[in-house]
Amino acid sequence: MLRFEPRGYSSRFWSFGSPILALVLTVIVTGAFFALMGSPPIKAVYTFLVEPLLSYNGLSALLVKAAPLIMIGVGLSLCYRANVWNIGAEGQFTLGAIFGGGFALLFPDAPWQLAYPTMLAIGILGGMFWAGIVAFLRTQFNANEILTSLMLTYVAQLVLIYLVTGPWRDPMGFGFPQTAMFSDAETTPTIIPGTHIHLGCAAAPVLAVLVWLLLTKSVLGFQLRVVGQAPRAARFAGFSEPRLIWIALLISGGLAGLAGIFEVSGPIGQLTTSISPGYGFTAVIVAFLGRLHPIGAIFGGLLLALSYLGGDAAQIDLGLPNAVTGIFQGVLLFFLLGCDILILYRLKPRPSLQPAMSPAE
Amino acid sequence: MIFFLTSFLISVIAAATPLLLAATGELVAEKSGVLNLGVEGMMLVGAVAGFAVAYGTGSTILAVAAAVVAGAGMALIFSFLTLTMLANQIATGLALTIFGRGFSALAGAGYVGIAGPVLPKLHIPIISDLPLIGPVLFGHDALIYLSFAILALTAWFLYRTHAGLILRAVGDSHDAAHAIGYPVINIRYLATLFGGAMSGLAGAYMSLSYSPLWAQDMTAGRGWIALALVVFAAWRPLWLLVGAYLFGGIMYLSLYIQGLGVPIPSPLVSALPYVATVVVLVIISRDVRRIRLNQPASLSKPFHATA
Repeated sequence: MLRFEPRGYSSRFWSFGSPILALVLTVIVTGAFFALMGSPPIKAVYTFLVEPLLSYNGLSALLVKAAPLIMIGVGLSLCYRANVWNIGAEGQFTLGAIFGGGFALLFPDAPWQLAYPTMLAIGILGGMFWAGIVAFLRTQFNANEILTSLMLTYVAQLVLIYLVTGPWRDPMGFGFPQTAMFSDAETTPTIIPGTHIHLGCAAAPVLAVLVWLLLTKSVLGFQLRVVGQAPRAARFAGFSEPRLIWIALLISGGLAGLAGIFEVSGPIGQLTTSISPGYGFTAVIVAFLGRLHPIGAIFGGLLLALSYLGGDAAQIDLGLPNAVTGIFQGVLLFFLLGCDILILYRLKPRPSLQPAMSPAE
Repeated sequence: MIFFLTSFLISVIAAATPLLLAATGELVAEKSGVLNLGVEGMMLVGAVAGFAVAYGTGSTILAVAAAVVAGAGMALIFSFLTLTMLANQIATGLALTIFGRGFSALAGAGYVGIAGPVLPKLHIPIISDLPLIGPVLFGHDALIYLSFAILALTAWFLYRTHAGLILRAVGDSHDAAHAIGYPVINIRYLATLFGGAMSGLAGAYMSLSYSPLWAQDMTAGRGWIALALVVFAAWRPLWLLVGAYLFGGIMYLSLYIQGLGVPIPSPLVSALPYVATVVVLVIISRDVRRIRLNQPASLSKPFHATA
């Protein structure tokens, strides 16, 4: 029999090795799963994980899908480091889209030098507003942020449905639940001609570096890490916990809001009832896969973006429902969380105990 | 009037039952110190398993059993990761929900839009036909009566039996319980599996009785509301009953207002149960002392017998 024995330190090797081992195990299980569904496993895994990377269009789509995942994942990394469990990024993403999109619909004729940055800023404010509610309820009333942020995600989705089926519906849209297209001034420009790669794709890694600098090089970043790792020490040091909760939620909410406004002003171009395939939830996996490190979130975001493309490819080429994406993502996080035990523990053969020893001793 | 009251009570009971079933299971898991945020995912997998078996075999008894096994199977994944592999409970619970949504969508893809078998309703001649009392007390399917029975048994088990005392001890101080010689991990496995089985049962109620069909994400956040109910009840079983029926009432209200044709847009009315959950959480959590007193002290803390 094997047992886990504490290392007494955290293994740097396994901190990086665990995501790789988890990915390998996930690919094996996904392959087995494809086989069960009646597809040849190796070909299916190839279709799911490799084929999307082989074309110019595929790479372009990868970066477009990765941008919101990275932006949200970076914010969540910071938030989780501070031990604040914001799982409502999907709602903050939606509010960013609603706020920024509302501005775009209200002022379609403003000059772009003014209108475009204002729209992005209002999008950020939208995400901050939704996360700020969570921070307010947590710091003032001690309400659990996991449950409040999640409930607000459902509310955000219903508000969006109300707006695009009601007051904001495009009168020329033949009754479809969508707004008018945003004007050119309020459309996120593509940065490589002939592709869909837009400004947000470049902004995401820059933001990751900025948040990384904030976390590692500033006093505020230090305080956020201490309050997460050793809340008692933070209290003795006189750090204000409510202030840090506010900051963690506002930063992660603002980044989710920015991701939302980039998405609706860029790839989508208007508000509709479905503006996200669950980016806010998938970004939770991105954050964990990136070791709660903003730079790691870039890699996590790219991998999970690939899982969305793979789901579409599996649907088109193999006739499988694209829900396989959700399964791949869930299994990946399962294996990652399981493998992470190797960071703090090592596997040792169980010492041969004296036969009459009870577990209490 | 009697007609309205009857339909009101029946609707509230129907809306409250899945909440009560799932929350009872989660309460037991949390009392043992395990916070499983995967209730929504376990309910969805239970719902699709129940529907698939009911549709395939025509037997609602087999269907309910399949849902229970499916829910417990999901909880087994969670327990293995958090209890054996010491993974973070919050992250693992989220992973369980993400996985459950994907898995149920995939497994249920072939069943969308098909009407399935419905759980049979109790009908006692004469008694069930009495006005008001008949349908409200004697006209339901087995799961509704079961939800009350299991809640009562749970309350009795937790507070009136030795095994229940041990379970609560494990949840309040796993180190002390371990030092006395209780198998902390095994007890937590059992409590979490019970929680999963109950979530599966709640899912079966959704797809075999509440709206007897399969639709993607058909639980619509009820798993999360069930989690909030456990906090609302401050981990006391009988308050769970109050909370589940309160929320059943709010859900009915949100449907009823939409039916009246009042000039409030229906998506905003649909948001009512979620907003109400936030409001109730705020009201309950304000009293920090009461939460601290009642919350299992080892909740969501990993346990590893090092010595």
